[in-house]
Amino acid sequence: MADTKALYQEVILDHNKKPRNYGRLGNASHKAEGHNPLCGDHLSVTLNLDGERIDGIAFQGESCAICKASASMMTATVKGRTRADAETLIQEFRDMAIGKLDLNGHHHLGRLAVFAGVRDLPTRVKCAILPWHTLHAAFNSIASTSTEAEDDLMHAPIGNA
Amino acid sequence: MKLVEPALKPQLASTFNVERIRADFPILKLKVGGKPLVYLDNAASSQMPRPVIDRLVRYQTTQHANINRAVHYLSETATSEYEESRRKLQCFINASEDREVIFTSGTTDAINLVMHGYGRKFIGAGDEIILTTLEHHSNIVPWQMLAEEKGAKIRVVPINDAGELLIDEYEKLFNERTKFVGVMHVSNALGTINPVKHMIAFAHARGVPVLIDGAQAAPHMKVDVQDLDCDFYAFSGHKLCGPTGIGILYGKAALLERMQPFKGGGDMILAVTFEKTTYNTIPHKFEAGTPPIAAAIGLGAAVDYLSAIGMDAIAAHELDLLNYATEQVNRMPGVRIIGTASMKAAVLSFAIDGVHPHDVGTLLSQEGVAVRTGHHCAQPVMQRFKVPATSRASFAFYNSMAEVDALVAGIRTVQKVFS
Repeated sequence: MADTKALYQEVILDHNKKPRNYGRLGNASHKAEGHNPLCGDHLSVTLNLDGERIDGIAFQGESCAICKASASMMTATVKGRTRADAETLIQEFRDMAIGKLDLNGHHHLGRLAVFAGVRDLPTRVKCAILPWHTLHAAFNSIASTSTEAEDDLMHAPIGNA
Repeated sequence: MKLVEPALKPQLASTFNVERIRADFPILKLKVGGKPLVYLDNAASSQMPRPVIDRLVRYQTTQHANINRAVHYLSETATSEYEESRRKLQCFINASEDREVIFTSGTTDAINLVMHGYGRKFIGAGDEIILTTLEHHSNIVPWQMLAEEKGAKIRVVPINDAGELLIDEYEKLFNERTKFVGVMHVSNALGTINPVKHMIAFAHARGVPVLIDGAQAAPHMKVDVQDLDCDFYAFSGHKLCGPTGIGILYGKAALLERMQPFKGGGDMILAVTFEKTTYNTIPHKFEAGTPPIAAAIGLGAAVDYLSAIGMDAIAAHELDLLNYATEQVNRMPGVRIIGTASMKAAVLSFAIDGVHPHDVGTLLSQEGVAVRTGHHCAQPVMQRFKVPATSRASFAFYNSMAEVDALVAGIRTVQKVFS
């Protein structure tokens, strides 16, 4: 068993306690609701694209600490970046969470690597991925998404949550 | 419910030798992440003692063949052991005849059998089925499927803030269209023990049959289906120290005989032509195909094991565990127990302020403590208490007071991490 204690690091606990960019943008150009029907977690992601650049982004919802911290750090990271950059991060974050990413190789995750521990906790992988999944849905104008949505591009078998 | 004073605890524990019982369960010696396993997820599935494991090995190594078919030695042996197990289950729940005991794959399968075999034949458009807010999804969804198919209606008994059924409201739900009642004996999410004997008598006075979901009761208390006078009683083997994939539906013979088969196939027939099939007698009418023979025999060994300890002794020890755990957790600031019925089985659902149950579950697992976190397949209960999920410690007779202490220490650790 991996050191799961490592997952609940100070940075994650801090983002859980004081989530950044918490709320909803009133005049969002893109938005989506994300659900994890297996645990009842749900959150919304609202954002404004200025051309290809993410001008503003916010999230709101009810979830566990892993999901909330992931959402908070996601919004802090992608704000001001381009949509293409964000999509790269979405892919890399997801690969990290399911253990497909070589953290010692080239990637753009930076401090987000703090979530690497979820790969050893199959039931918690979806908690960490949900915000990213929802951001992806927002970019693609999918109003509502779920970690169990078969037809979603983000969907892949990731353990029995 | 009378709380046990801490001072009395060692004295009570000495009357029930939990350490000797624990020695029968190989899995309880496991370490999880270097810490001793504290298994408190018994409402989801219980662990298996050595005599049941040994019985499965003996069956597979010396007795296995298909049953009810060939005349050779092994087939006759397997058939007779399978039927012997049925008689053990009959005794365990005090059914009047062994043909009233049907092997199913579990509680869910048993309830679906009643829905298809009884419901689809005897419940029609405009008829009403009474269920309760406490029900597990397995005693909701089959009836919704039936209601949708037939145009029947589901009525739901509400609960109070303690998680107890409002019996006055239950009684008010009856009318001339009421055709069926489905109620759980013990709540898996909250531990509430429902007054099913009264509920059955009330329904019977109005000619309405009652199914009891006994999944959480059979492992923890003496069940007497004749005393309850229930029409159907369903439970699972794997919550009863037996294997997965096996369960029991008890049904009154007269009702079972009037029901249509659930699954068609081998073993459930007397004669088949392409023009007509004559169904077998009960219980075989409901046991199509090759059953999980080893699991059925293992379940027989499991009820032998439990009966040797005694269901009353098991219930008493589990009540001690519940009272001790309730008292300890009630003393903890920031922890709320959900489900405070006056009659409870050893289930402790709780919420820690500011901490999501899934974080509780992961952090407790780090301490070696296994609890269930989630909606417990009882989303209506979660909605009633306005929580998305709870953490649930559910005890078995092989749990010790020291394991309650480990749970309490684990909760403190969770609070410290999130402080």
